[in-house]
Amino acid sequence: MTDTTELWLIIVALGLGSFGLRFAFLGLVGDRAMPEWVLRHLRYTAVAVIPALVAPLVLWPTATGGEPDATRLAAAAATFAVGYLTKNVFAAMGVGATVLVSLSLLL
Amino acid sequence: MAAGTAMSSYWRGVRDGLPFLAVVGPFAMLFGVLATEAGLAVHETMGFSIVVIAGAAQFTALQLINENAPTLVVIASALAVNLRMAMYSASITPHLGPLPLWKRGIAAYFLVDQTYAQSILDYEKNPDQTTSEKFAYFLGVMTPICPPWYLFTFLGAVLGESIPPSLGLDFALPIAFLAMVGPMLRTPAHRIAALAAVLLALAFAWLPYNMGLLVAGLGGMMAGAQAEVRLGIKL
Repeated sequence: MTDTTELWLIIVALGLGSFGLRFAFLGLVGDRAMPEWVLRHLRYTAVAVIPALVAPLVLWPTATGGEPDATRLAAAAATFAVGYLTKNVFAAMGVGATVLVSLSLLL
Repeated sequence: MAAGTAMSSYWRGVRDGLPFLAVVGPFAMLFGVLATEAGLAVHETMGFSIVVIAGAAQFTALQLINENAPTLVVIASALAVNLRMAMYSASITPHLGPLPLWKRGIAAYFLVDQTYAQSILDYEKNPDQTTSEKFAYFLGVMTPICPPWYLFTFLGAVLGESIPPSLGLDFALPIAFLAMVGPMLRTPAHRIAALAAVLLALAFAWLPYNMGLLVAGLGGMMAGAQAEVRLGIKL
């Protein structure tokens, strides 16, 4: 576990960094136009970073010591499928959680 | 501009922001619970939600703290997850850019996925609004989203202490993120970006301290941008 000083260092640095990212264009660019290629890359930030973050956690869960696990794979697949088909984040979370808990209890 | 129109813009924003409470409440509570499980005190958990105020970045930081990643890696990875905020900032600048600096500062602090998405939707639908009306609307949308983010984090942190480590709780975070991925895959370019990022993340998972995330994130962004150009996608 990270100690208290380091933890607050993380919190403050993340706070300043996040504010910096949010303020970057709003505060400093104002009405000036940005290069199209920058915007084009920024458009795909969320859709690249979040799946990249999740993929290893789904295939090699920490809780099983990195061994693929049927329950977690099924829950992940259900969550993704519902999110993709319904475009509803909340429904996807609900279905994923239900699959995870019921399979954990059954298997 | 009359104060009356700003007030009505504010309340219109509150009304439009209200449905997001159903997503923000459970998500904030989940953060509170997981942070407590990870050994954070209630005031530290609240520090995260008030100072950082960014769901995905907070969960990322928490995950890496759990893995005992070095402080710098935690900060860099969580900020990488938050890079999209710069895009939101860029996208909302034509609407809120003329505001005085301190108001732009307030807007920047409260610029999160939901406030951004709802506000930009409204600005495009009702382009005749004054800057003051747009700002009032933004603050209205923020009202049922951001203060509840603090409140529900607190509830989760307090209740989390009484929740025993249960089946599959370690997997709540991947589920929460995965739920957000499906709705993001709007165009072929988005799907290509996500696919490239996933493949790169798995291929570079051997890199120490989750550096594979940064490689995969950048690679996915480049794949998406390339696909957009080559497929001639209109956004």
